[in-house]
Amino acid sequence: MKKIINDPANVVPEMVEGMVRSYPQYLEKIKDTAAVVRADKDSMSGKVGIVSGGGSGHEPTHAGFVGKGMLSAAVCGQVFTSPTPDQIYEAIKAVDQGKGVFLVIKNYSGDVMNFDMAKDMADMDNIKVKSIVVDDDIAVENSTFTQGRRGVAGTIFMHKIVGALAQEGASLDEIDATAKKVLPNIKTIAVALSAATNPETGKPGFVLKDDEIEYGVGIHSEPGYRREKIRPAKDLVTELVGKLNDEMHLDGHKKYAVLVNGMGATPLMEQYIFSNDLLDKLNEFNVKPAFMKVGNYMTSLDMAGISLTVFELADEKWLEYLNKPVETIAW
Amino acid sequence: MGLTVNNLVEWMNNFATKIEQNKQYLSDLDTAIGDGDHGFNMSRGMSAVSQKLSTMPDSITDAFKQIAMTLISTVGGASGPLYGTAFLEMAKKSSSTSDIGELLEAALTGIKKRGGAVPGDKTMVDVWTELVPEVKDHSLTAAKIDEAVAHTKELVAKKGRASYLGERSKGHIDPGSQSSGYLFKALLETEGIL
Repeated sequence: MKKIINDPANVVPEMVEGMVRSYPQYLEKIKDTAAVVRADKDSMSGKVGIVSGGGSGHEPTHAGFVGKGMLSAAVCGQVFTSPTPDQIYEAIKAVDQGKGVFLVIKNYSGDVMNFDMAKDMADMDNIKVKSIVVDDDIAVENSTFTQGRRGVAGTIFMHKIVGALAQEGASLDEIDATAKKVLPNIKTIAVALSAATNPETGKPGFVLKDDEIEYGVGIHSEPGYRREKIRPAKDLVTELVGKLNDEMHLDGHKKYAVLVNGMGATPLMEQYIFSNDLLDKLNEFNVKPAFMKVGNYMTSLDMAGISLTVFELADEKWLEYLNKPVETIAW
Repeated sequence: MGLTVNNLVEWMNNFATKIEQNKQYLSDLDTAIGDGDHGFNMSRGMSAVSQKLSTMPDSITDAFKQIAMTLISTVGGASGPLYGTAFLEMAKKSSSTSDIGELLEAALTGIKKRGGAVPGDKTMVDVWTELVPEVKDHSLTAAKIDEAVAHTKELVAKKGRASYLGERSKGHIDPGSQSSGYLFKALLETEGIL
């Protein structure tokens, strides 16, 4: 393992310090925690607070999306490990303005349980809390007999929508209702070229041969649905768009937002090549994205690969929310 | 004699020792079907619990509460809230009874509610469901604990990260069930509680 770190046990606190000190205009650390809160307190005044978080290793998620118009606070857990309820609860308290707090959670058993416990703690203190559990990864079969689908890169769109709503003064109930409508419209699928190496264990989550790729891998090296030999970008696009189309039935009369997301070790050059092919492929469905982003938004440490998120903009307002300006490190 | 602050602390220290001795094994079990950190997370949590309990708590309720809050704030992942909830429920129940069977039953109800798992899902619920009645019947033995843990090996995971593996989760002992096995072993070996 070759990484720019000091003590592997300190990667999370040192990263949080680094972010907060580099971007004091956006972030402040919440005392005695690994959570960050918006520096611009005026922008939160009288609004519903939006809190997200999860294991670290997905930077710029989640702290990179804290700022005016997006998240109010983010809680950074250990690498790939959910933050603890006491830390989440500190973040809830730090952003509550008496209007309630909305939590954006990714669907992993640890995250769901820790955020639920934090919610219980807030209930005891009469802070109104509602939440949404994002489960956009279509690589996993949706079944009530398993944990269900994982929350991955599409979570960024959820952050943006609820953040914009909160900024314009929507109530907790309104935010909750919109989040529920948005959720089934966000779908993501990934392809990995190599696994992430956790700095705490020093080992990769799985091993792919030099010429091998895996479709459907999760953001913590969870297994995907198929391995095969590496192929040209065009073919990867065909596979991923095909999977998404099976789920959402792409339709030229509908509007879509698209996110091409680098997993951490994939150069932007490759992401743009993928995007170029993607736009050709979408054209075959008469789809021209109404909104598009390309870059590293939801990474998995040093995993090489790309995820593709398609968000059907079933409501005109959603495009407006995506386009609202924000003041964050990473949007 | 039944449960006292003293033997509760001893039980927890025994549990912490077992976790410490087996943390690599627990993490290895977790590497096979999860994310490989169960032993290290539990070890971090239980050494914090031992540290906390080195100042003798005022009451059984107080002790359970301290154990719960320490686990919740140090373990993380899925195990933190599950074990934390178990001890929090025992803290609540202990205001009306010090019967260990009833306390563990309340803990099991809490674990099921928190994680949503049912028996057969290949989680700690399997081991607790087998062993809590044994505690209530005063018939808990080491062999029964081993058997309950080993039984999880043949199950297909339906909760947590292991559930993504489906059939491939078969043939591996569930790490949370193994650590729960240590909790019951520690209980069995602590004189005077059962």
